[in-house]
Amino acid sequence: MTPLLEVQSLKKNYHTNIAVDNISFHIKKGQCFGMLGPNGAGKTTTIEMMEGIIQPTSGDVLYKGNPIGQLFREQCGIQFQHTALQDFLSVRETLKLFAGLYPESSDLDDLIERCHLESFLDRDNSKLSGGQRQRMLLAIALINNPEIVFLDEPTTGLDPQSRHNFWDLIKNVLSRGTTIILSTHYMEEAAELCDEIIIMDHGHIIAQGSPVNLLQQHFNERLVRFPKKELSPSFIETLQTPSAFQHLLLQEDDWIEISTTDVNKTIECLLKEGVDLNFLQIRQRNLEDLFLDVTGKDLRQ
Amino acid sequence: MKRFLAILHARNLEFIRDRAALSWGLIFPTALMMGFALLFSNGDQELYKVGVAGELNHPFQDSRYINFIPVDDVEKAITKVERHQLDLLIAPEELRYWVNSSSPAGYVTEQLLKASGGETLKASEVSGKEIRYIDWLIPGVLGMNMMFSALFGIGFVIVRYRKNGVLKRLKGTPLSATEFLMAQIVSRLILILFVSITVYIGCHLILEFSMYGSYVNLLFVFALGSLAMIALGLLVASRLKSDELASGLTNAISIPMMLLSGVWFSLEGSPQWISFISNLLPLTHVVDASRAIMLDGASLLDVSHHIFALILMMFIFLIIGVKMFRWE
Repeated sequence: MTPLLEVQSLKKNYHTNIAVDNISFHIKKGQCFGMLGPNGAGKTTTIEMMEGIIQPTSGDVLYKGNPIGQLFREQCGIQFQHTALQDFLSVRETLKLFAGLYPESSDLDDLIERCHLESFLDRDNSKLSGGQRQRMLLAIALINNPEIVFLDEPTTGLDPQSRHNFWDLIKNVLSRGTTIILSTHYMEEAAELCDEIIIMDHGHIIAQGSPVNLLQQHFNERLVRFPKKELSPSFIETLQTPSAFQHLLLQEDDWIEISTTDVNKTIECLLKEGVDLNFLQIRQRNLEDLFLDVTGKDLRQ
Repeated sequence: MKRFLAILHARNLEFIRDRAALSWGLIFPTALMMGFALLFSNGDQELYKVGVAGELNHPFQDSRYINFIPVDDVEKAITKVERHQLDLLIAPEELRYWVNSSSPAGYVTEQLLKASGGETLKASEVSGKEIRYIDWLIPGVLGMNMMFSALFGIGFVIVRYRKNGVLKRLKGTPLSATEFLMAQIVSRLILILFVSITVYIGCHLILEFSMYGSYVNLLFVFALGSLAMIALGLLVASRLKSDELASGLTNAISIPMMLLSGVWFSLEGSPQWISFISNLLPLTHVVDASRAIMLDGASLLDVSHHIFALILMMFIFLIIGVKMFRWE
């Protein structure tokens, strides 16, 4: 089966600066495809080339096997990272404006209900809160009943409640079989929503797969964290040399973090040292760690 | 068509709701006209003006407070008498003079002429309403307002929309650049005509302009002029992303255009190069054509050279503007 969207050897140079360097991937119908990476990794450039907004330096983007054109325009929905809307229009008028730009549009009342826009329908679109604004922009992206929706960092800057609320909206869209391409800073978000992710850095894809597979591939260990003051300097010294099952991952002013493949043995070690286990934290490694592992830098950098 | 109408509707709503800009568009030209009317309401303070065709050897020429103006073209001078631009016209060789029966100043100068022994001259009465400076000014002010509205209202807004990403969002829809630009043009045209008609009617009620031509012709010239200037606005805005630059460039176009198109004063008799530049400006043709229609009752045929120039400019600006247009 032809993938819904195919990216082939896509490249974008800005003068001498290479923003996106020869990347290829494809997106299947009904997937939620996540794009992760630090700021400046080339996520937005890639998404905007896929949307046909930016002209690639070289490479192709194929929608249903054809170069993107009018059909794609009519069947895609877009939510940009930064979107300004025409002044002096209410939310309802803005929706009607965009509905008028497509040959067919979804039922406005249904869309308004799905995106919870009822309470501010007649407000000027410039006077919305962050969460309201993102919901309106999502409604605009969905106004043509798109087959594929691009969401570029839709939850950046939202409070946790609005973010969870927005995730529910996205899940609702996915449940209708719509394909979603989502770029995000939040690993939690990718883990919650995405079937497949790519991690980008410096214009390259450095990891690709489903979140679960990626974690299994990269990590089979757990993290053990405890206060430094509980340990004798000599014990810390011995931790410096990796053993068969554990190694020192991080040493901060107050905390020590050990990566271990055998939690039991690590705890045995600590008990021998007389460490108070009340302060002990054990967790699985998550996408955030994966990200740090593969890019070597903090996500929000 | 559906897409065009959607953008047109949204744009019209925006114009109507942008109260500040709309009221300014109405108040500014009206206030300007009222100001000038007030300024010139006392008529000519200086002298009586008497046109002389030929050599005047007559005691009348020693009269004080009369400005004797030599005229070459008697026909034109008679028109000036009709419009109260000359109080009296004397053609000594023909032993004739012309005076406007409805002009008080004409009556006074005629009495002065008679008192200094002018009975030998044969009187010819002409009639006609006075053409005041404000009658002459109104086409200029309306044209100027049209120009500012077209250049700033279209050019500026598009550059702002490009800068803040409104255009980018529209690019992500099936809307084509031509559909978008046509909607901009039509909505601005409607707005300019609405403002021009309102200002015209408002000023007319208070100042009562001379209007010798057809309102349909006048509206046609205004509409054509608006289109040419909107097209110029689109051309300026076709690529710019910086509103400071757009503002500077728009000012650099509009201010010389205002000065060189004969809005405030006639450019008759100015150096050749000025009238050459002047003829390249759309505003010149709007102002000249509408003045000819209003003051001389000219037909569209009479002003066809202006109409042709405006159509030509409109197409040139439009074709280059659409070709150069970028969403981003």
